[in-house]
Amino acid sequence: MTQGAMGMAARPAIDYAALLKDAALAAFVVFFLAFPLIGLQTYDQGGALAVRGRWDLLAYAVIIGFVGRFLFQLAMLFKPVKSTKEPSDASLARQRQIGMIIRYALLGIALTMPFLPFSDRSWLDRGINVLIYVMLGWGLNIVVGLAGLLDLGYVAFYAVGAYSYALLSLNFGLNFWVCLPLAGLFAALFGVLLGAPTLRLRGDYLAIVTLGFGEIIRVVLLNWGSLSGGPNGIASIPRMDFFGLFPFGNREGAFHTVFGIEYERTHQIIFTYFVILALALMTNWMVNRLRKLPLGRAWEALREDEIACKSLGMNPTNTKLSAFAIGAMLGGFAGSFFAAKQGFINPESFTFMESATILAIVVLGGMGSQMGVVFAAIFLVLLPEVTRDFEQSRMLLFGAAMILIMVWRPKGVISHREPTLRLNPVKGA
Amino acid sequence: MPMLELQGIHTYYGHVQALKGVDVTVEQGEIVTLIGANGAGKSTLLMTICGNPRATRGKIMFEGQDITRAPISTIVRQGVQQVPEGRRIFSRMTVLENLQMGATLGDPAHYKSDLDRMFGMFSILEKRQTQRAGTLSGGEQQMLAICRALMSRPRLLMLDEPSLGLAPLIVKQIFKTIQDLNRENGTTILLVEQNAFHALKVAHRAYVLQNGEIRLQGSGQELLSNPEVRALYLEGGHHAP
Ligand SMILES: Nc1ncnc2c1ncn2[C@@H]1O[C@H](COP(=O)(O)OP(=O)(O)OP(=O)(O)O)[C@@H](O)[C@H]1O
Ligand SMILES: [Mg+2]
Repeated sequence: MTQGAMGMAARPAIDYAALLKDAALAAFVVFFLAFPLIGLQTYDQGGALAVRGRWDLLAYAVIIGFVGRFLFQLAMLFKPVKSTKEPSDASLARQRQIGMIIRYALLGIALTMPFLPFSDRSWLDRGINVLIYVMLGWGLNIVVGLAGLLDLGYVAFYAVGAYSYALLSLNFGLNFWVCLPLAGLFAALFGVLLGAPTLRLRGDYLAIVTLGFGEIIRVVLLNWGSLSGGPNGIASIPRMDFFGLFPFGNREGAFHTVFGIEYERTHQIIFTYFVILALALMTNWMVNRLRKLPLGRAWEALREDEIACKSLGMNPTNTKLSAFAIGAMLGGFAGSFFAAKQGFINPESFTFMESATILAIVVLGGMGSQMGVVFAAIFLVLLPEVTRDFEQSRMLLFGAAMILIMVWRPKGVISHREPTLRLNPVKGA
Repeated sequence: MPMLELQGIHTYYGHVQALKGVDVTVEQGEIVTLIGANGAGKSTLLMTICGNPRATRGKIMFEGQDITRAPISTIVRQGVQQVPEGRRIFSRMTVLENLQMGATLGDPAHYKSDLDRMFGMFSILEKRQTQRAGTLSGGEQQMLAICRALMSRPRLLMLDEPSLGLAPLIVKQIFKTIQDLNRENGTTILLVEQNAFHALKVAHRAYVLQNGEIRLQGSGQELLSNPEVRALYLEGGHHAP
């Protein structure tokens, strides 16, 4: 509280005249844009097209523009001034503590979620969806957040994983638990295939190439009917069973009879939920481990400065390739999980929109931050659900929400980077 | 046998020829300075020794071995290390992480003692070890860049304009560090500098590079008193008393 008051006292007085002028300008821009878009409506008048004005709507738009801009500017004035100094050790320790508490709280929620009274099928489904995106976000985070390679076609590896599982299980009768590593391996292979020729490219060029790669995979799946079923996709993909031991379902020898419990359809969903939770946690553990290994540090160093890396004797291409392959592998795991959970896949699930969503999760969450990805995934997966009632303006809300987050936190929700090394004990201390 | 020997090195960037047959030798234990105007090809020379870009013609020998086409990692393992122009520290990583990156190709057994040696040399780095390297001052960043390079225990340390953009006092400190490294550790130094006065003063021998060619060479003292060098590289304002 006192801090806020002090902060305000230090600020210069608010210049209302300038704010009003600025808001008026915004209102004028809104008027200019909204006049043809909202203000004029064409209608059918005896076979001919006539125009009538919707002045009331236009007026609302302009007023919203004016008030919105005014409040926004006001809010920006009260935004706490970021100190450019490094945070003190004490505040860092406190932040870390809070981070730990949040982490364990979220883990607790995730673990108990299926058994909470309100968790019905739809909540479990939501949970599974969030976790898929969390896992994808963490996987892509290796590539984008740590290695600094902008990958706009991540969904391709997700697709490779999904189709790998679908085809392997349908054609060879392989079980999900056998296919999972295979799918990851295939995806990693595709990662290397794409990476080897393209990772010499930098920044925007790489982004374009990966974007193209994502589309190529989708178009191939769409057109190679004999393999992938084309636009119809692949249906009746076997669901996952209990670690290859026994299936789920209402029959003898299934999960419920082995454990001697009443049959319930949600058993399988709960199991599925825990599988993706385990996969996501494994991903998280792996990324955290890797960051502390020379390989992970090399990724980060590469993101910072490629020339310096070369002067230290590193091979940038191989380092990037490893980031790409591991990211792809995690995408492949998530994909094969997706296919097993869904029981049906087609190329529609692997559009560019999907890549963009995963990337948005990484960027909104804060590049390289693990917790940020969780929040962003929850936000981006649940927002469309909440806004189902405004079906038409959903993308608009989505966009507005993203802009607001980026204004509020330009580096993502959680931008703090945890060092990978602890203090070297000071001699003699 | 000289420690490092460049024989007729030609380097191109696409169609631009940056080095046109350069011969340079560096003896074990020497400080050799390379001066030259902007765009003369000084950085290119150091980069070519490190293998990025590669020389299109000529030969680079290090301790009797041909490293002209050797992989970058091999060159570093042999004991050649560069502090690139503009420091190029990993700014979002901590000081400690930067130093550890420097030890990537070094012997892990030396890591701890090397770290202590660096902290002994620049105690400020020890105090700042968990700080993001990008928040260090320019001088501290240069010290970090030098220490990072030293973590692989190079026998030939090449520094590209280490005094760039630093205050005179810090520049003095950097040059003193370079001399100490040379005297106490026996590290051979190849130094590229705009600050010709200081650089020639600490040098045993020096070369003047002009438009990708060696224009003059001699001992540091000789070049300091050479009228051409004085006119071109010393009178221009770099001259410190
Ligand atoms: N990556 C590059 N691509 C193309 N040309 C380059 C590249 N790097 C350097 N050059 C060219 O090579 C020539 C030599 O450049 P170099 O960087 O070696 O000069 P320098 O002597 O280090 O100059 P300075 O003192 O300004 O650092 C210049 O003409 C420059 O334009
Ligand atoms: Mg240069």
